[in-house]
Amino acid sequence: MRRERFPRGKSAIVAAATYGMGESPGLSSMDLAVSASLSALGQVRLKPYDVDALFIGLPDDFLSGLTFAEYLGIQPRLTENNRTGGSAFLTHAMWAALALEAGQCEVALIAYGSNQRTASGGLISAMRPTSYEAPYKLGRPVGAYALATSRYIHEYGLKREQLGEVALAARGWAALNPDAFMRGPLTMDEYLKARLVSDPLSVRDCCLVTDGAAAVVMVSAKRAALMAKRPVYLLGAAAATDHRDITSMLDLTTTAAVVSGARAFAQAGVRRADIDVVELYDAFTINTILFLEDLGFCKKGEGGAFVEGGRIAPGGALAVNTNGGGLSCVHPGMYGLFTMVEATQQLMGLAGARQVKKAQLAVAHGNGGELSSQATLILGTRETL
Amino acid sequence: MLQRSRVSGKYFFYPRVAEPVTGSRDLEWVEASGRGTVHATTVVRAKPPQQPYNVVLVDLEEGPRVMSRVEGIAPDEVRIGMKVQARVGKQDECEILLFDLAPDTTNSP
Repeated sequence: MRRERFPRGKSAIVAAATYGMGESPGLSSMDLAVSASLSALGQVRLKPYDVDALFIGLPDDFLSGLTFAEYLGIQPRLTENNRTGGSAFLTHAMWAALALEAGQCEVALIAYGSNQRTASGGLISAMRPTSYEAPYKLGRPVGAYALATSRYIHEYGLKREQLGEVALAARGWAALNPDAFMRGPLTMDEYLKARLVSDPLSVRDCCLVTDGAAAVVMVSAKRAALMAKRPVYLLGAAAATDHRDITSMLDLTTTAAVVSGARAFAQAGVRRADIDVVELYDAFTINTILFLEDLGFCKKGEGGAFVEGGRIAPGGALAVNTNGGGLSCVHPGMYGLFTMVEATQQLMGLAGARQVKKAQLAVAHGNGGELSSQATLILGTRETL
Repeated sequence: MLQRSRVSGKYFFYPRVAEPVTGSRDLEWVEASGRGTVHATTVVRAKPPQQPYNVVLVDLEEGPRVMSRVEGIAPDEVRIGMKVQARVGKQDECEILLFDLAPDTTNSP
């Protein structure tokens, strides 16, 4: 692999917030994104006018960078409005780190919000099927993930109970998170009896449809030390894209997370075994299995066995999706930024009943489209610098 | 019909003005065999009274992968690896690409 430079540990997240998790009737997506942003900025006593780099992408506003800046009356030096889907916000963190290191900005704000649940009741997606695919009426995105799951089962074998382990683990973590949307108990029996949506995926394999917003504030490491008690340093960050529509995914069982993960881990110089907390974009149960494999926590084809026995649930060997994930905590259309917020809260020691003890290293991983776009961050506390 | 690059000899789908990766614009249209193999399959469980239906990805003999539907078989009986044959069918007044089980082969369960 080509040697690449990344400003390891030169930038840090100093604040992270969510807002309007679950249902927030009467608020627009932009109202929600602004509210989360003000909460995050407030944690480090910053005002909107301090923000000189804005990273945002709302599902219902193509020009949301402009809208957000106008809403708060700011004129950032950088306005970034990337459209790679739910992974966009982790890519934003990568660009923010590079821009901070280059002196292009001093305070980077990454923001997201959506009112999809109370506004429309359905998942808002920017994906439009092409005329070659629209006639077959694949339910998207779930059908695309179902096709990938069918291929995975064919090549490696995967029991429904193994997908169920992912759903149960997410619910187990959600039960510990007062902000999670679905906190009631979920049994394997209930999971197995759930209504099929697109075989082999059932409603319990699918992420929630909720409202919600998130925001994080990034500054240089030098400044972070003065602003926050426990800054969360960005040690590695990489993104990779593979295709847009599932039809063009070269290998339905292997995602571009293989590439983004390998690069991010190499930049950070840490091992998988050193990771304390893993936050993966679990739009569907198969995602968690694919990403655990593709990021190197287990071998290809072994993800199903890896998650058995409550291994990624509370009390298990590896803490995965500690907020309850997109499956049980929150999924307002694009979930990527919530992986960063949860990783930050864990590394800052602010995660309450779900706090992973002595967490120092975290992975936040975003997915976009139909397994199309992948972005991986390695985050660490001061001890990991 | 499928597009093929005259330079590399590779087929691709969907139709484009240039070959992916190389960008070659020296392209030709070639009659496709219509033969393919099911690569992935799902059953869309639409809200009743609409009946469940099947959506597949098919690997064409020439190389490209296409999305389609296999007809003449229960939607949940379509299996990965089944040999299928393309035909042009009608849906909502439009002609679309559909597949049937290949007549000659080893699709017996």
